[in-house]
Amino acid sequence: MNSTASIVAIALVAVVTLAIGALGLRLSRTTSDFYVASRSVGPTWNASAIGGEYLSAGSFLGIAGLILVAGADMLWYPVGWTAGYLVLLVLVAAPLRRSGAYTLPDFAEVRLQSPMVRRVSSVLVVVIGWLYLLPQFQGAGITLGVAAGAPEWLGGLVVAAVVLLSVLSGGMRSITFVQAFQYWLKLTALLVPLVFLLLHWHADGSPSPVDGPVGSDAVPGDAWVLPLASGIDHPLYATYSLILATFLGTMGLPHVLVRFYTNPDGRAARRTTLIVLVLLSVFYLLPTVYGALGRVYAGDLISSGESDTVVLALPSRIVGGTMGDLLAALLVAGAFAAFLSTSSGLTVSVAGVISQDALIRWVGGVAGFRLAAVVAVTVPLLLNLATRDVAIANVVGMAFAVAASTFCPLLVLGIWWRRLTDVGAMAGLLTGGLLAGTAVVLAIAGTVDSGWSAALLLQPAAWTVPVAFAVMIVVSLATPRRMAPDVARTMVRLHTPEQVEVDRGDWQPRATRLSSLRPRAPRR
Amino acid sequence: MTDRPAPKRVRITSPRTAAARPRRVTVTREIDAQTEVGEVYMRSLLSSQVRLAVMVLGGMALMLGGLPALFALVPAVRGVDVLGIPLPWLLLGGLVYPLLITLGWFFVRQAERTERDFTDLVDRS
Repeated sequence: MNSTASIVAIALVAVVTLAIGALGLRLSRTTSDFYVASRSVGPTWNASAIGGEYLSAGSFLGIAGLILVAGADMLWYPVGWTAGYLVLLVLVAAPLRRSGAYTLPDFAEVRLQSPMVRRVSSVLVVVIGWLYLLPQFQGAGITLGVAAGAPEWLGGLVVAAVVLLSVLSGGMRSITFVQAFQYWLKLTALLVPLVFLLLHWHADGSPSPVDGPVGSDAVPGDAWVLPLASGIDHPLYATYSLILATFLGTMGLPHVLVRFYTNPDGRAARRTTLIVLVLLSVFYLLPTVYGALGRVYAGDLISSGESDTVVLALPSRIVGGTMGDLLAALLVAGAFAAFLSTSSGLTVSVAGVISQDALIRWVGGVAGFRLAAVVAVTVPLLLNLATRDVAIANVVGMAFAVAASTFCPLLVLGIWWRRLTDVGAMAGLLTGGLLAGTAVVLAIAGTVDSGWSAALLLQPAAWTVPVAFAVMIVVSLATPRRMAPDVARTMVRLHTPEQVEVDRGDWQPRATRLSSLRPRAPRR
Repeated sequence: MTDRPAPKRVRITSPRTAAARPRRVTVTREIDAQTEVGEVYMRSLLSSQVRLAVMVLGGMALMLGGLPALFALVPAVRGVDVLGIPLPWLLLGGLVYPLLITLGWFFVRQAERTERDFTDLVDRS
């Protein structure tokens, strides 16, 4: 692969990202601008931004690699990551926007009026956020390594620096424009090369992926093409567990939820989510084709353990020449956009929580947010240097399993069930978080390698999610006196359309509450 | 016609202005005061939305969640080719997405309709 074109592509993405970020600097002035773009972003912009933020290293590179290796069963990843948005649309989107909360801990506070649940939610947001930032930095390292022969730590550092500069300059307003741009960049970067790849594949006589040459240690073609046949233990259980984790975990990812606060009202939040569903559906058609083409032209990557690079490797193998280099550079640009956008979103939401729940006593407002952003990026960057050997897919899986076992029950029960109590929520969050966390840590540590125990630990969602729901419900029913005193008013707030003039209570998100205490400079 | 008795004399009086007139209580005020009537309105709004959510998510669970079970119970289905593409790949790699979008579109339409009806109901009273 020609590294000059790829390096130019990465530099261009970084410069454009920073330029749009700088544009945002002139627009954002108040604390509210920094957190949620003052809630004035239109549905189409917002939907592109959500798409841009959501499509991470796992979507751009990971899915094609998984399909190359394991075939039909892996199709559930893109399906689950899209269906997760349908679940979010149906159960969470509008009520969450109407709650008026900035962050997940804000939601816990307005619904349960419990500082303890708020604190536990804050810790979980930071843990899930860091778990998800780590593979973005790792992916950047691998990409820069493949594209330009750079050492593995450099990619993560580049991404962290660009993200930090962009976040520091404009907060979420500029992030929104950056993210929207990056969705379309990612789609183009995957679509245009694919057209050329398919033309060449057709000219080759359309060889079937089933007959593609792969090493003897890889899943053979006739098993690869069938679901439930790739040779793992208990494939049916694993499939259902994966479905549960992805369908329900999406709503619990902190950078996904923070986006909903930028809609003007509940109705706009729903419409935005529907557009996101369309954008994701278009995007997720593509990685599958890359995976299948990889089976024909890049079967050797399976044995060499480089399956994650299949998307980047195909242009030079199929098209070749200068054209192949240019297409590869476009894919590298798309991959970098994926790392940058997901990392920016995660940084903003983790920084929001850190500044509101930890730093606020010492530094408030914009300065506090900026300091928190530095902390939010530095910790996973150091973790990345320390733990370069942990597989990317495992860390991503851990984040989804933990989110599905903690925030999913909190949100679903909190929004739709009056009798949820603070004690119940706390018990459920702790049980779900500890079970899912322990399961995946044990699985990654390699304590078991076959049979039911391995299946249960590698894909824990099928049992940790029901257990977390059950604990939250049973403990809530056992502590009826702990119901929030104003739960009826909160339900009105969550579910009545904005046009209806009713008393919604006077709760304010912590960031606004605290910043309004200080005198504000008059606006010109 | 003349043998019909003359209509009874009716005395017309002024309305009973002195008596307490029933005060018009709006639904929004019932909701604010958390009276039983207000609660009935809120519960009916919530239960319509819950019914809709169960319908949409249940539909999705049945159609998508049924696929692995189908593949496991009737393994022959996995090998069926449609237009040269294996059926599981056609379903999971393509047709699932329009289905999800249709479900989402249906949900948004119905949820907005429910809220419009609720707003009309509350405003009319």
